[in-house]
Amino acid sequence: MMRPFLFLMITCGCLFAQHSFTVIDVEDGGRLYRANCTICHGAEGNGVPGIDLAHNKFRRAKDDDDIAAIIRTGIAGTAMPPNNFSDFQALTIVAYLRSIAAATAATTSGGDPARGKAIYDGKGNCASCHRIRGAGSRTGPDLSEIGNLRLAGELERAIITPDADVPAQHRHFQGVTKEGATITGTLLNEDKYSVQILDAKDRLVSVERSNLRESTIVEKGLMPSYKGKLTSSELADLVSYLVSLKSVELK
Amino acid sequence: MKSRWLLLLLAASGAWGQVTFDRILEANKEPQNWLTYSGTEMSQRHSLLTQITPANVKDLELQWVFQAHSLEKFEATPLVVNGILYTVQAPNDVVAIDAVTGRVFWVYEYAPSPDSHVCCGRVNRGLAILGDTLFMGTIDGHLLAIDARSGKPIWNVTVANAAAGYSLMHAPLVVKDKVIVGAAGGEFGIRGFLAAYDARTGKQAWKFYTIPGPGEPGNETWAGDSWMHGGASIWVTGSYDPKLNLTYWGVGNPGPDWNSDVRAGSNLYSDCVVALDADTGKLKWYFQFSPHDDFDYDSVQVPVLADMEWKGKMRRVMLWANRNGFYYVLDRTTGEFLQGKPFSKVTWTTGLDDSGHPVRIASANPTREGTLVYPGVQGATNWFSPSYSPHTGLFYIPAWDNYSSVFSKLPAEYVEGRRYTAGAPRSPVASLRGPQVINRTEEEGYGAVRAFDPKTGVRKWEFKMADVTSAGILTTASDLLFTGGREGYFWVLDARTGQELWRANVGGDVASGAMTYAVNGRQYVSISAGSSLFTYALRRNQ
Repeated sequence: MMRPFLFLMITCGCLFAQHSFTVIDVEDGGRLYRANCTICHGAEGNGVPGIDLAHNKFRRAKDDDDIAAIIRTGIAGTAMPPNNFSDFQALTIVAYLRSIAAATAATTSGGDPARGKAIYDGKGNCASCHRIRGAGSRTGPDLSEIGNLRLAGELERAIITPDADVPAQHRHFQGVTKEGATITGTLLNEDKYSVQILDAKDRLVSVERSNLRESTIVEKGLMPSYKGKLTSSELADLVSYLVSLKSVELK
Repeated sequence: MKSRWLLLLLAASGAWGQVTFDRILEANKEPQNWLTYSGTEMSQRHSLLTQITPANVKDLELQWVFQAHSLEKFEATPLVVNGILYTVQAPNDVVAIDAVTGRVFWVYEYAPSPDSHVCCGRVNRGLAILGDTLFMGTIDGHLLAIDARSGKPIWNVTVANAAAGYSLMHAPLVVKDKVIVGAAGGEFGIRGFLAAYDARTGKQAWKFYTIPGPGEPGNETWAGDSWMHGGASIWVTGSYDPKLNLTYWGVGNPGPDWNSDVRAGSNLYSDCVVALDADTGKLKWYFQFSPHDDFDYDSVQVPVLADMEWKGKMRRVMLWANRNGFYYVLDRTTGEFLQGKPFSKVTWTTGLDDSGHPVRIASANPTREGTLVYPGVQGATNWFSPSYSPHTGLFYIPAWDNYSSVFSKLPAEYVEGRRYTAGAPRSPVASLRGPQVINRTEEEGYGAVRAFDPKTGVRKWEFKMADVTSAGILTTASDLLFTGGREGYFWVLDARTGQELWRANVGGDVASGAMTYAVNGRQYVSISAGSSLFTYALRRNQ
């Protein structure tokens, strides 16, 4: 359901000179990467010394096909095992790695999650729009498992320049009824005749287009930029807190 | 159109309150909603909506269809809260749907662990709701809390170990501030249990093993260490009596299913109904329908609670048509056996004694060569929801009759994560997924809806089908009965006479209970078939 890399095709298409991938390919590759590779390479791709998958830094591979071949056959004599992927599956993992390389890498590091939580709850006032484990507002994206969906660099960018990339599932809908009433909410689903939203009062509402005078999909201005509002260390703390939100599973 | 839409907004703005437990307890006061698996915590699957009547039912018309992204069939009964329908797309995706148009608001996708083991389909029987939170058990043994408005997860707790064959199949039951679930997996040698979790935090509040451990009363009913892998699953949702503060659950078969040599004894609390204190999980009473069962006659029925005059005085009773072929009435305060009669062909017992215990026929046991026994392995009924209508005073059950199996037994050896059934029953009727063509005689087994006078056990009428049925039954206060079957029909019957009033071909196995709701004063009926959910209402401009 989540399509966090939808926007990346536009920004990193130029790096895919050897192969063409769709947004779905990149998503599939991300899923395979998270399920099979992070145990050694880490979510950020820099878990093995000398290799930084998210920054196109490899030891042996020169191009996409080299990387795909290594993913499939492993490297004898090293900890890199062979994997039972098809050629195409291996290439989707490459596509994913290229896509995260193209995304802005985190400029902050070394943040403290506990201090970050205090900023989330206090100075950042994040819960006025976001929700974690059932606490907070539903206006903006739910962040309960955001650390499993986004890398630190993406989160940092979303906080500083939130309008740069708004994934489709976070778009808002704004409509005016024939009677002149305004309806706004998170755009959930639509068809030719109707639009489904989670409205400003947290109600699931299906709106018939025939009752609307006008409507628009809003992508910008939904979240304020925190540029200049947080110090770099505060930003690092906040990002490290968000990265720590991996799962709602109780241990 | 304009006014309808305005009405919708007005209705929504006034009624978006939280689903409190008081609302669930008094669900009959808002029959436009369907707040718990069986409609109310009395589990009568009876609705007070009366817009659809015997006179106008011919004007039912399909409003929308939801096709699940799943090859598994729907076994879930949806919930409806203020015009939003919530259901589970097998195995464990939660879906929120506009109950008027069928348009999807959101899908919460859950990928169960590859370790999950299920005997009888990667399916789910539904959700519970409390406040703004939905609760779902998963086939890999987790209980999830999900925000009903956004579809985002709130907590996820491991209830049982999927790798050892435990799974959660049924819709959880909310009692006060707790969510109650029980483990399935009796075909994999689990030790069954029920457990309650704090709805807000996911913290376990109590746990009741359906097989007592060493030192606990009842452990002596299991030979040796057979209690460790004796099954006694929970497959369907229980009920709750607020006055007694008791929650009632049907318990599954003992394992290994068909070779009982390793588990001498009555095997408590397999094939029982257990009455537990809802706050502590302590056992108040139990009644065992089939002691030392070796036919897989799980007591996996929804406990139907009713208050009725019994021999001159009002009694709090429980109505129960069991997989073993008998219909029972119990006093639900004490568990006292009040009545029991066979409702289909039975050859494993000569009947029930005065305390309700079956008198076994010595030769009717699984053998190496195979023994023919009625009812067959799926039972004379199964997990399919019955209905009780206080309006007609009748109890309605989905029944299989003339249905037999040849029960063979095999050696039993427990290996974690593997099937532990030790037998191979065979029958002219397919157990779970019927073929697309049938060519049986009535003598080889058929399905029916049967209506009983609960006080006498006398059958009032029967609606026969050519094939068998896994469909639950819904009745309404306008004396309609809604059901289906493997033949792929959605039937509406006269609840007083059993006469067919209307039918629709829904083209697939109806394997869940129909439910009804209303939005903006218009009554709808939803019924699943295969992996699709069909919703009907009366044609407009009546």
